[in-house]
Amino acid sequence: MTAFILRRSLQSIVVLFIMSLIVFVGVNLVGDPVDMLINPEADQAEIDRVIRDLGLDRPVSEQYWYFVLNAFQGDLGRSFIFGEPALKLIVQRMPATMELALVSLLMAVVFGIPLGIYAGLKPNSKISKTIMAASILGFSMPTFWVGIILIMFFSVHLGWLPSTGRGDVATYFGVTSSAFTVNGLSHIFLPAFNLALFKLSSVIRLARAGTREVILQDYIKFARAKGLAESRVVRIHLLKNIMIPVITIIGLEFGSLIAFSTVTETVFAWPGMGKLIIDSIYNLDRPVVVAYLMIIVVIFVMLNLIVDILYSVLDPRVRIKGVS
Amino acid sequence: MEPILKINNLQTHFFTKAGILKAVDGVSFEIGAGEIVGLVGESGSGKSITGFSVMGLVDPPGKIIDGSINFKGKNLSALSNDQMQNFRGNRIAMIFQDPMMTLNPVLRIETQMIEAIQAHDSGISREDARIRSRDTLGLVGISSPDERLRAYPHQFSGGMRQRVSIAIAMLNRPDLIIADEPTTALDVTIQGQVISEMQKLCRETQTALLWITHDLAVIAGIADRVCVMYAGRIVEQGLVANIIANPMHPYTQGLMGSVPSQNQRGKPLQQINGMVPSMLNLPAGCAFQNRCNYANEKCSKMQPDITQLADSRQVRCFNVPAGQQL
Ligand SMILES: Nc1ncnc2c1ncn2[C@@H]1O[C@H](COP(=O)(O)OP(=O)(O)O)[C@@H](O)[C@H]1O
Ligand code: SF4
Ligand SMILES: [Mg+2]
Repeated sequence: MTAFILRRSLQSIVVLFIMSLIVFVGVNLVGDPVDMLINPEADQAEIDRVIRDLGLDRPVSEQYWYFVLNAFQGDLGRSFIFGEPALKLIVQRMPATMELALVSLLMAVVFGIPLGIYAGLKPNSKISKTIMAASILGFSMPTFWVGIILIMFFSVHLGWLPSTGRGDVATYFGVTSSAFTVNGLSHIFLPAFNLALFKLSSVIRLARAGTREVILQDYIKFARAKGLAESRVVRIHLLKNIMIPVITIIGLEFGSLIAFSTVTETVFAWPGMGKLIIDSIYNLDRPVVVAYLMIIVVIFVMLNLIVDILYSVLDPRVRIKGVS
Repeated sequence: MEPILKINNLQTHFFTKAGILKAVDGVSFEIGAGEIVGLVGESGSGKSITGFSVMGLVDPPGKIIDGSINFKGKNLSALSNDQMQNFRGNRIAMIFQDPMMTLNPVLRIETQMIEAIQAHDSGISREDARIRSRDTLGLVGISSPDERLRAYPHQFSGGMRQRVSIAIAMLNRPDLIIADEPTTALDVTIQGQVISEMQKLCRETQTALLWITHDLAVIAGIADRVCVMYAGRIVEQGLVANIIANPMHPYTQGLMGSVPSQNQRGKPLQQINGMVPSMLNLPAGCAFQNRCNYANEKCSKMQPDITQLADSRQVRCFNVPAGQQL
């Protein structure tokens, strides 16, 4: 196991390195942050001073070199706008995004798996057909549009749920979250549902496909031949087998949930890192953009690793090299 | 002796898009307590569906549409699924053909054994169920059963997995085990071992056994009586010794001819001519007519009835040798 994690970590560092290069060159190609930062009335001397202060007078290769040197010491640069370390800005907003993504994931799993199993067990029933039709809608409707419709209906029309912000938060066991207060829950429900919709649809389809395949297997018939109650056949024998692909996909896509929460956060004014990155892109706040992308890459790489480990726990037939 | 299983005129049909497929079409036979009965026939003749009908495990679009399955005085085909659950794995157990597929790959052997005990005895403790599982594994010839309980199916060979399946079937000391080609997927040497162990276990515990196979040679070694099945019907049944010595139905004769040991050395193996007809499109009259050397006009018009012979044998053919009929 140790060897496996070590090897994967080395691979991850290479990935990070390449990504940082691409990102760094990328942000240098779009726009000139100096125009955004400087008072239009400033004189040339003032402009030169700002450019020098931000290090923008150096060649890109040299800027990159210093970026890498600093990154090794945990410094991803300072925001042009806020004057604070980019990493700190992002980390401050990370809990809000994480909480949104986790609640969405929970919604997708808690609703998606039973619905998918039901649709797989009774493929010809009206309810199943409705579930599957709804899941196609969930796939194909754009997130921002659904978000706006949700706000119009539940916040504006019915007035049931708030449409913006995070609401009250509370801290338990060192975790601060709006999921711990009623007010917070009412705030997170719509954005989490909005973000979950796509994932919910894919969990439904995965669970259904898995159910249709597993239910035909001999071991299901054998379980029935043992006289087990149908509920145990489904909850243990079927569920354990369909969870393998579901966990894999959920885990791998958790990163994309975080990455794509930018849209939802913007629509619902959710104070997470997705909103920060959108603002930073508008303001050409390069250090924040670079730091954000680096963090997203790290999250993706970590999730991949966790999924691989989980996979071997769930499926005894899979043994990661170096484990057994 | 009162039979423990008495099947009468069983009809199990599949209502497919292409038409009604009579997988089991008027099957009747009995199994006495502790008796070993062979059910033999080519692939697709309806053997497995006969077994699943008894278990109440026929998948849609299949359905038992007629007949009775009498088990110790109860008509199983009239029971609800919940009532049937009490019999499955408890009084009647089943073993499947492919040991690689019958055990759940993600559950430990002990989980799969203990649940089978607890399903029928909610009062038993996990520890007691575990002890019984361990002892039963030992009984079917698995060494260090205590450790093996913790293992997953993929850690066993095919032969060992089939032993585990047999152990699971025996956990609740059933009155009847339906073994659906349990050795077909195994190596020949392992096959022999499993067959003789199974026979010994059933004799010792007085468990009746319905042994399904396409191989008449296997039946000759294990069963008391045999039913020969063709296209959803039983065409000949009787004592194994009589049928082996003197097969009467042309299909049974063909099956015998294709068993190597029954031929004289150096002579080519005989084969049954032609192909199994499509079960969806059986000819009028005898289903075997297109492959039968004795077929005549009558065979293509009418279905032969069962003829009862003196040696407690039944044959479904117009050309049963005269003089032997009752
Ligand atoms: N689920 C099903 N749908 C349609 N036909 C089936 C199904 N299962 C079995 N059959 C048909 O029933 C007949 C008997 O099958 P089976 O009992 O499995 O044969 P075997 O004697 O090889 O065990 C075959 O013709 C098969 O095609
Ligand atoms: S009834 Fe006719 S066709 Fe059928 S087995 Fe007998 S002789 Fe052959
Ligand atoms: Mg079969």
